[in-house]
Amino acid sequence: MSIKVSTRQVDGVTILDLSGRITLGEGSVTLRDAIRELLAKGDKNILLNLGDVSYIDSSGIGELVSAFTSVKNAGGELKLLNLTKKVHDLLQITKLYTVFDVKDDETSAVGSFTR
Amino acid sequence: MPNPPTARTSLTLASTLATVDRVEQEAEAFATHFGFDEDEVSNIAMAVREATVNAVVHGNGYSGSKEIVVVFEATETDLLFRVADQGSGFDPTAIPDPLSPENILRGSGRGVFLMRAFMDGVDFRQLSPGTELTLTKHRIAAGADA
Repeated sequence: MSIKVSTRQVDGVTILDLSGRITLGEGSVTLRDAIRELLAKGDKNILLNLGDVSYIDSSGIGELVSAFTSVKNAGGELKLLNLTKKVHDLLQITKLYTVFDVKDDETSAVGSFTR
Repeated sequence: MPNPPTARTSLTLASTLATVDRVEQEAEAFATHFGFDEDEVSNIAMAVREATVNAVVHGNGYSGSKEIVVVFEATETDLLFRVADQGSGFDPTAIPDPLSPENILRGSGRGVFLMRAFMDGVDFRQLSPGTELTLTKHRIAAGADA
């Protein structure tokens, strides 16, 4: 029911492939911990691949926002990749779609980071 | 045209995250049973989930001695989802607007906003103690032929 996270590096960008649900509890905590660990290691260019995220609630939206501000405050960039329709619609409703840098192609997304 | 069927179901549950997931699933099944399409069911279930999160987390504070009461009701015209907690009360007028520039990057505070976005009615009633939140979804679109 909760979220799975796998991490890979592509041209200096850390891609987190997320799958499952980002919701109050384990899902949100898992994402928070993953971002915290990356920042602690100095990995500040982060691309969240949400292509397999089936569901996100207000807590999950809040966690994405917190991740965005944490990475930004650390001098890095956090971008979103491959939004499902559900997540896309939620970000539109909450007016966060224009806050995040949202991409739909991994190669161009990786190339868009400032290095 | 015959009147659509009506129903009522009630659950009393512990203040846990498992309850949040359970109520979401029950709401999904209820809305599906009464003929809402997949997108509407998903939105209804999310609104009910958010209401339950409010009750479990903000109302009862995960207390083992406090329960939440959930009532789902289908009338001829509406689906009603009532979620009541035993907390110290809640002032819905005190919720900051999550769309305003000063709040847009807040890490919380979007639950009631999403309920209002997805449902036709969101009403709060103070209990003694606690808060009851009623979410309403019209079964028959306004202006549609009965």
